[in-house]
Amino acid sequence: MSRPRRRHRPVQVGLPRWVYVPATLGALFVIIPLLAILVSIDWPNFVPLITSESSLAALLLSIRTATASTVICIVLGVPMALAMSRGGFPGRPVLRALVLLPLVLPPVVGGIALLYTFGRQGLIGQYLEVLGLRIAFSTTAVIVAQAFVSLPFLVVSLEGALRSAGSGYEQVAATLGARPTTVLRTVTMPLVLPGLVSGAVLAFARSLGEFGATLTFAGSLQGVTRTLPLEIYLQRETDADAAVALSLLLIVVATAIVIATASRRLAGPL
Amino acid sequence: MSNLRIQARLAARGVDVDLAVDEGRVLAVLGPNGVGKSTLLLLVAGLLRPDCGRICLGDVVLADTDAGTFIAPHRRGVALLSQQALLFPHLTVAANVAYGPRCVGLSRSAARAAADRWLAAVEATDLAERKPAQLSGGQAQRVALARALATEPRLLLLDEPLSALDVTAAPAMRRLLRTMLRARRRTAIIVTHDLLDALAVADDVAVIEDGRVVEHGPAREVLTTPRSDFAARMAGINLVAGRIVRPGTIRTAWGTEICGTGDLEPGTDAVAQCRPSAVSVFTTIPHGSPRNVVPVSIAEMEVHGETVRIRADTQPDGGTGLAADVTATAVADLEMEPGATAYFVVKAQEVQLYPAGAVSG
Repeated sequence: MSRPRRRHRPVQVGLPRWVYVPATLGALFVIIPLLAILVSIDWPNFVPLITSESSLAALLLSIRTATASTVICIVLGVPMALAMSRGGFPGRPVLRALVLLPLVLPPVVGGIALLYTFGRQGLIGQYLEVLGLRIAFSTTAVIVAQAFVSLPFLVVSLEGALRSAGSGYEQVAATLGARPTTVLRTVTMPLVLPGLVSGAVLAFARSLGEFGATLTFAGSLQGVTRTLPLEIYLQRETDADAAVALSLLLIVVATAIVIATASRRLAGPL
Repeated sequence: MSNLRIQARLAARGVDVDLAVDEGRVLAVLGPNGVGKSTLLLLVAGLLRPDCGRICLGDVVLADTDAGTFIAPHRRGVALLSQQALLFPHLTVAANVAYGPRCVGLSRSAARAAADRWLAAVEATDLAERKPAQLSGGQAQRVALARALATEPRLLLLDEPLSALDVTAAPAMRRLLRTMLRARRRTAIIVTHDLLDALAVADDVAVIEDGRVVEHGPAREVLTTPRSDFAARMAGINLVAGRIVRPGTIRTAWGTEICGTGDLEPGTDAVAQCRPSAVSVFTTIPHGSPRNVVPVSIAEMEVHGETVRIRADTQPDGGTGLAADVTATAVADLEMEPGATAYFVVKAQEVQLYPAGAVSG
């Protein structure tokens, strides 16, 4: 017995008609390059190109590592967003700025920073080396590089959702006798689930497209560290058609993710 | 024996209060906006820490800054009902009400049984399977009350529970609060700026101004013989104390009978209440009318913009003189002046009758 939701169409007073001109230009600026890829595809050889051994290895590696780094982002990023939006510790603004730094940092710089942290001579890497753990130039390094650049996306997205949700519902839950962990599980997280999902999608997409930090910190070894973006860049030097075909593959994967999460958000509880 | 005792200071909000609520009584906290009424509730609920002070509920110390005691909100047994219902939007109505019982460790079915019981108590059984987005404001507030009561709180805090409701939903909610609070002898604090709420549900009234308690006592005493400015303005509403002699009729100690609305048993001590704007004024007894006619002697006249408030002499029992708001032209036409005799006339449906009940007298 739900009431029908009325959609209002208020008159927009802050939208002069000329705005549509640059807005259309901007949309074309995004769409035309994607079309350019479509028209330059070598369709007869498309399937062989994307199913070559190196292409499949790169695609599988990309999906595996991006999934793993997204899981890491959720495990570490959710508590970070909670602490930054609800916590009462001093120096929060400074910490927040530092944590969000990878968002604006060139990925290559991030890769170098990781190398000097987890590399054989690195700050932490030298002790790991003693324990026989070598991270740099391994699949683990790919995941670490991707998580490093993607984490801020999830944190920012979830922190925004937490702030706009406010703490009114949480306070009510507490006065109803819910201990803090129960409040988090039964009230906070269900309310910010859409924010968490979109944050995780952003992190996954960012991980899937990661190039600079991966190349610097993990190198480009087929089947081990050569993800799809690296494969595309490498193929472009020798076989331009293969590069274009793989690019389309990446576009399709990205589009599929966006559509899947958009429909999920529409069907979601909020 | 005092059940709740609050002595707390919170400098940031300019609050410094010392209040007590006896077991099984409802205290209405009145006051202008922004004087710390809601802060008081947050301090008791444990959602704010006092700078210094001590809050006790029964023999449990909820907060004591000297001893460093602070009990977390979820262990206080204090439920809070605020202006907004704040039902959890992702849960059904039944799951919302079952939330508290689940938190204290009841099984799913036991919690659901409790939820059904409380939904029945607030006459919202048919809403059980709905989501909060499908409820009207009044329905949501009913469910929120059921949810708060389902935790079996030792103390219920209500922060302007009616102010977000529209005029059609508020009376029903007010009646419900009355049954759930006063009839069940609950200990509660209700923050309000509406005199009707205070009269309907409260045994005692405290008036807060500038973060301090300026008046505290039985509801009728504070409202009929106000000492603070705010209570006096509140008392702008006409109150007449007496006893119900027939259904819908109250008789004062000095024999005046007033008809009004309100389902009260004959013999009940009661208060009749009406707004000054509902009172019209005549210089001669109007004839052929079923309305209440009260002869009065005019004590003073004050101009408030377009209207003139005519205040009658203090009532024989010491209650504030009745007031009538009339237009300036009417005053000129009637040639009224202080000391003159006039007849205050008010329709029975403009008069509400409330039991004085546990209120003194």
